[in-house]
Amino acid sequence: MAIGLHKSEMKNPVIRWVDERMPVFTMMEKEYGSFPTPRNFNYFWNFGALAMINLLIMIATGIFLAMNYAAHTSLAFDSVERIMRDVNYGWLIRYVHMNGASMFFIVVFVHIYRGLYYGSYKAPRELLWILGVVIFLLMMATGFMGYVLPWGQMSFWGATVITNLFSAFPVVGQHIVTLLWGGFSVDNPTLNRFFSLHYLLPFVIFGVVFLHVAALHITGSNNPLGIEPKGPQDTIPFHPYYTTKDTVGIIVYLMVFAVLVFYAPNYLGHPDNYIPANPLSTPAHIVPEWYFLPFYAILRAVPDKLGGVLLMFGSILVLFVLPWLDTSKVRSMKFRPVARIFFFLWVIAFFVLMWCGGKPPEEPFVTLSRVATAYYFGYFLVVLPVLGRLEKPLKLPESIAAAVLGPKAAGAGPVPGGAAAKPMEKA
Amino acid sequence: MKRFLKAFAVVAALVAPVAAPQAAGEGEHALRNGHFSFDGAFGTFDRAALQRGFAVYAGVCANCHSLRLLSYRNLLDIGLSEDQARAVAASVEVTDGPNDEGQMFQRPGRLSDRFHRPFANDNAARAANNGALPPDLSVITKARHGGANYIYSLLTGYHEPPAGVTLGQGMNYNPYFPGGQIAMAAPLNDGAVEFADGTPNNVDQMARDVATFLSWAAEPEMETRKRMGIRVLVFLAVAGFIAYGVKRKVWANLH
Repeated sequence: MAIGLHKSEMKNPVIRWVDERMPVFTMMEKEYGSFPTPRNFNYFWNFGALAMINLLIMIATGIFLAMNYAAHTSLAFDSVERIMRDVNYGWLIRYVHMNGASMFFIVVFVHIYRGLYYGSYKAPRELLWILGVVIFLLMMATGFMGYVLPWGQMSFWGATVITNLFSAFPVVGQHIVTLLWGGFSVDNPTLNRFFSLHYLLPFVIFGVVFLHVAALHITGSNNPLGIEPKGPQDTIPFHPYYTTKDTVGIIVYLMVFAVLVFYAPNYLGHPDNYIPANPLSTPAHIVPEWYFLPFYAILRAVPDKLGGVLLMFGSILVLFVLPWLDTSKVRSMKFRPVARIFFFLWVIAFFVLMWCGGKPPEEPFVTLSRVATAYYFGYFLVVLPVLGRLEKPLKLPESIAAAVLGPKAAGAGPVPGGAAAKPMEKA
Repeated sequence: MKRFLKAFAVVAALVAPVAAPQAAGEGEHALRNGHFSFDGAFGTFDRAALQRGFAVYAGVCANCHSLRLLSYRNLLDIGLSEDQARAVAASVEVTDGPNDEGQMFQRPGRLSDRFHRPFANDNAARAANNGALPPDLSVITKARHGGANYIYSLLTGYHEPPAGVTLGQGMNYNPYFPGGQIAMAAPLNDGAVEFADGTPNNVDQMARDVATFLSWAAEPEMETRKRMGIRVLVFLAVAGFIAYGVKRKVWANLH
């Protein structure tokens, strides 16, 4: 690497002066301006940008909430209500944060669904996918700890149930639980450390998101056809094409978000969390937040505690090895007519689990969650490995441009203002 | 755009019924619908109903139930004049201090004081109520499935236990309460509270008004929130049309 000023192509002299010494403008232009992107994204490709926006919203509102929140068992509940009543626009900040968590999981669930359907986890994007699963795990930890902070009944009892899961592990289990609690029951030390970690983890997420995006910009994006761009006619520059398309998605997302915040702010929550935590009174049904329900159902589907815990964690961990479980070379389910059916069944199983997780552990929900759990794992561990060898995929299109433009493609040159889709030399 | 909307609609449709069971939950009885003025996206609190509801709270509920998150100054929001609110506050004695001599002393309440609590602590409350703890009502409509309709149903739902139901000692039958047995005796009787505006003071009216008052107590921001929501959604709708137009224009040369 040469030492000396970077050769900047920026026109504005001030920007160029900075850019020559620290080429952030060149980098931004390269990664978000001319970055060659497949021309055939559908709106499912909005959800990565939406997740990024959502993370920023959560961090921004969270910082202001933390200014007014008191992490003490005797103050937490009242301090949250004080935010709702006496802090200027406190109700808005808190409801945005609270429903922002739900929106974040909706967006990320769709993002993951997109990846599963279009095979975005397959080579060469394995690491990109794995980083995404890491983000998802961090989000779950952050969401769980955030739900504890208002110190209502569900905060307290949810924390009790979930932290107790770790006691199922032999030998170290009880020590882990004591460490999580900071004592011998869920109490003030638990609340304090959860608050501290709840503030820390979003920044860890931010770091992993950076890696996620960095990895994405090496391999380039997957696309609905699941075939790699073969030349400049297959790609378009990120700006202005996908900046404008993402803007449309962001506004629709904000509208859904606004309906929740302004008209149904407590719809996705549980009323019991407006009852201050009381260690002496257990709620009739302890249910986690809606986005944990599928995993909660898997936990309860197993009659053995350790088995349930292992399966629950396993349901996420299996995603780490997914790139190697799926033996098919074809990425997009568009061209896998049989796999597509199994995949939609998997999606149904996921929602069945979500539904069962919110119900009391009785029949028919127990049997139903067992069947759905079996299928959840069966899809990853049996269907995908076997099907890749047996299934005859449909014929893949010659190129993205050929599929999108039809016969016109032959004469189509690079898009005006576009950059060539050559592999990047450096990030 | 259509496909995006479809994706979002599918997710919303799938999530909504899954999340809803949490909201339906334990109630054995379908709640009575109070048809409140604050229902719906444009609903506002009826100021007269709020003031009558406050009269019911102050005259009946406040004997056992605290409202500890509210201050007397909040009464200005339901349409009481400052003098009226000051008079309400001054009607209770508040322990303050210590003064310069280190002594605690009694003084009349001020607007900045929190609502007076009927019992010194939970144990005192239990001792006076046959062992049952009357819950604080500050966020009660947010803390119960059905919110205001639950309060309305509960207060109007007392009746003789059906055959085969044996009540515990000191318990009362109310089908809207989980388990059907509630320690609180029917708190409202026709004519229990005199309304200044001459509204008929039967149980149904009082229950409806106090449910309105408690909804305001739990969500004093509701009117501001709904008003802001409309502005935000209109703004986003306009911005959405523009953004979609821009997107189509930019993409036009690709097809």
